[in-house]
Amino acid sequence: MQIKTVFAGFGGQGVLMMGYSLAHAAMNEGLHVTYLPSYGAEVRGGTANCTVAVSDEEIASPVASQPDFIVAMNGPSLMAFQTRIAPGGAFFLNSSIVEGRPNRADVTVFEIPAAGIASELGSPRVQNVVMMGAYVKATRLVSADTYLKSLKSILGGRKKAAMDVNRKAFSAGYDSID
Amino acid sequence: MDKILISGNWACGEAAIRAGCRFYAGYPITPQNELTEYMAEHMRQAENGTFIQAESEIAAVNMVLGASAAGARAMTSSSSPGISLKQEGISALAADELPAVIVNMMRGGPGLGNILPSQGDYYQATRGGGHGDYRTIVLAPASVQELADLTMEAFDLADAYRNPVMILGDGMTGQMMEPVVFGKPRPRRYSEKYVLKGCGAGKSRFVRGLILDALRMEEHNWKLVRKYNVIAQKEVRFETFRTDNAKLVIIAYGIAARIAKGAINRLRDSGYRVGLIRPITLWPFPAQILRDTAERIGNFLVFEMSTGQMLDDVKLALDGRARVSFYGRPGGVVPTPAELAKAIVQEYQR
Repeated sequence: MQIKTVFAGFGGQGVLMMGYSLAHAAMNEGLHVTYLPSYGAEVRGGTANCTVAVSDEEIASPVASQPDFIVAMNGPSLMAFQTRIAPGGAFFLNSSIVEGRPNRADVTVFEIPAAGIASELGSPRVQNVVMMGAYVKATRLVSADTYLKSLKSILGGRKKAAMDVNRKAFSAGYDSID
Repeated sequence: MDKILISGNWACGEAAIRAGCRFYAGYPITPQNELTEYMAEHMRQAENGTFIQAESEIAAVNMVLGASAAGARAMTSSSSPGISLKQEGISALAADELPAVIVNMMRGGPGLGNILPSQGDYYQATRGGGHGDYRTIVLAPASVQELADLTMEAFDLADAYRNPVMILGDGMTGQMMEPVVFGKPRPRRYSEKYVLKGCGAGKSRFVRGLILDALRMEEHNWKLVRKYNVIAQKEVRFETFRTDNAKLVIIAYGIAARIAKGAINRLRDSGYRVGLIRPITLWPFPAQILRDTAERIGNFLVFEMSTGQMLDDVKLALDGRARVSFYGRPGGVVPTPAELAKAIVQEYQR
């Protein structure tokens, strides 16, 4: 088993945090994992993405030429990556923001109104964790329990309230898909 | 010790501090900035730790030279264009026989090139890089774990031989995160004979690279060569992967070797008998294992993220004993295991 996921969106949507938290959880489940952030001549308000490879054996390349999963937090991310997704792969679309839909018939599409759900929870910033709730449920790469424990250790000493809202966000995302 | 998820640049910095590095000077350049960043934050928390953001790369390496002469475990880091600037200082470290660790997270070149992962600095790293007859020990990690381990080892090697040691990574080894378990620090073992810390009533000490007398300079050159010969004898490191019953062997180092492993695993699944020799020390180069392998296997393919530099060392090592072909992707391109597998199949069928 080797699964590669690209998380992409606007800078500020917590895209790198999504990948980092998944990588953390995969490590805690004893899996091999690599996390590769995009870097370069970035601009404020521009796009950001990262690639996470999770495997039960040594990972050759941390790059995904054909990602199995693509988490698109904004429209441009869907446009940028839809041609690259592996046949049989899955899109996770932040459907509150992403207006387009993939032009591929050979992939599964999960539409999660992550930004909307986060706003209803009173904290638009947790849209990334809402999305992770849906992602963890659909992919089963890591257990919800491991993910939340990892998230807690990443948030570390921050206010308990921060973990509470993240936990709610995760559950809401988790329950948003069947 | 628990596993932690950490980027290559941070892991390198943490490993250096754990190894007892207490002097770091650097100047920012992508893709190794996070290493300088890590040192800025953590060196001041280390006992007697010093972090300096120097005014230039040249200043940074010369500060390292000074700190090393004063007895500190010292390190500087940069990426390709910055490493070019440091060559004067590296040559001086070699001439003065001072231990130091220099990290190069290679990017696309020549010139300013780009900021993507590349392996175009092999010649520069393994041929000395600066002027004069000298060698640096060059270590090439293929994972964040190995980067952490080799960083700690680099300080021991630098002390053991009083010689600069270079960690040759690339943008990807620096930027990516992987789980790492840090090794235990070992006590520093080194002769303090050379350290300039004030001689008191004793004999004056000199650290000298300027030797105007020809015969003395010649003797200094031969003395260095004798040391390099010992290093070449004792410090060769490499990994072999699935070479048993292979018909073709890939030679690749660093991140390229990982991609090669991915390609090899695919090809083995479809019945191709291919394996890998991965040099971990680029200097000294693991020539003997290549020659030994060539007694069984007659087909070698060198894969580098460059236009072909280690290729020369492979040809020198094999000296006509086997067929050698090359697949290279310079300029910041990181090919996929599938792309490499295609190139391997072409050579395999010859």
